[in-house]
Amino acid sequence: MNILEFTLLVAVGSFAAGLLGSLTGLGGGVVLVPLLTLFFKVDIRYAIGASLVSVIATSSGAAAAYVKEGFSNIRIGMFLEIATTLGALAGAFLAAFISTKALAVIFGLMLLYSAYLSRKPRSRAERNLPPDALATRLRMNGSFPSEEGGTRHYNVQRVPAGFSLMFGAGALSGLLGIGSGAVKVLAMDQAMKIPFKVSTTTSNFMIGVTAAASAGVYLNRGYVDPGLAMPVMLGVLAGSMLGASILVKAETKVLRLVFSIVIAVLGAQMLYKGFTGGI
Amino acid sequence: MAQTGNDAFTDQKLENMVGNLLRAGVSLSAFVVLIGGVIYLARHGRELADYRIFHGEPSELKSLSGIVRDAFALSGRGIIQLGLLLLIATPVFRVALSIWGFAEEHDRMYMVFTGIVLVVLLYSLLGSASGF
Repeated sequence: MNILEFTLLVAVGSFAAGLLGSLTGLGGGVVLVPLLTLFFKVDIRYAIGASLVSVIATSSGAAAAYVKEGFSNIRIGMFLEIATTLGALAGAFLAAFISTKALAVIFGLMLLYSAYLSRKPRSRAERNLPPDALATRLRMNGSFPSEEGGTRHYNVQRVPAGFSLMFGAGALSGLLGIGSGAVKVLAMDQAMKIPFKVSTTTSNFMIGVTAAASAGVYLNRGYVDPGLAMPVMLGVLAGSMLGASILVKAETKVLRLVFSIVIAVLGAQMLYKGFTGGI
Repeated sequence: MAQTGNDAFTDQKLENMVGNLLRAGVSLSAFVVLIGGVIYLARHGRELADYRIFHGEPSELKSLSGIVRDAFALSGRGIIQLGLLLLIATPVFRVALSIWGFAEEHDRMYMVFTGIVLVVLLYSLLGSASGF
């Protein structure tokens, strides 16, 4: 295969990953690395470098649209970014000392977890929780435009637990080159009891900064190859932009099911390749 | 949006500025990457693609100064790498803009938090090259 054919095929694959990722809300980054390593036989370190760069592009592009709607909370995001960026730095340094086989295994587990999480019914958010002393001191409590009209106020809970989970999310992002939106939402939605819409938009907002913290390390280490990152970044960006524009009233239930099956299959395959040494 | 009282400069205003900055950064970097990509494919499109074996990037595509030098020499790969560098720098600018925004709101606590994030990002981009 020559470079032109390779570039076009990778661009088409990345476009599909970005489109499905944004239509289903599961993110395209999580399938990019398995796509590149399993089908295009790219070394997993190059794949992670290219994926990280595309994660910055899609999250920044999406955040630009979200922040104006008033759902994201810039303070929660900024405070938790201390944890995610430090975690990302730790993950990126760790990636240099971990074998590519172990990376594949961790990636496989992460994919299976994402697939499981996407099928799990979302628990109804508890409303009207009492203000938490630390969250109040950090001025994190906020409000957002509610579906019924008017604004809904929320009180953030358990800041230390959320902060620790965010460090883990950052480390996974730096290690695997993904946005780890699944873990971020877990931290904000489950631990800190932040309303779902605020969690997802604030998480998206944080992903770019988190990925930038590890992307710098990957770039300096020579893991970002321009020839590979170019079609990946442009493809994913175009796909996710198209996805966001047709998302408005599309029926995504079936699509979500199909995509989570794809994620689970890729996860099993990464695990298999990791254990048998095919990576 | 967090509650900040009735300051003229609000979190929502800051978020709007951040949104515009992000959009501009992503558009500019995608444009630069596209131009670099066209040059790269025109020159090297017929060569054999090989990403099976990892050998790391040459030093001129790893460091800031090397990338800029390569890009101005109109090397396709150098221009793509410059676009990627702009993309990585976009969140860094966003964080810097947020520090300014919190300063406008006279919010010292969040200026410190944001400052910590900025230091981590700058270390990653500039300092980690000589780290190990």
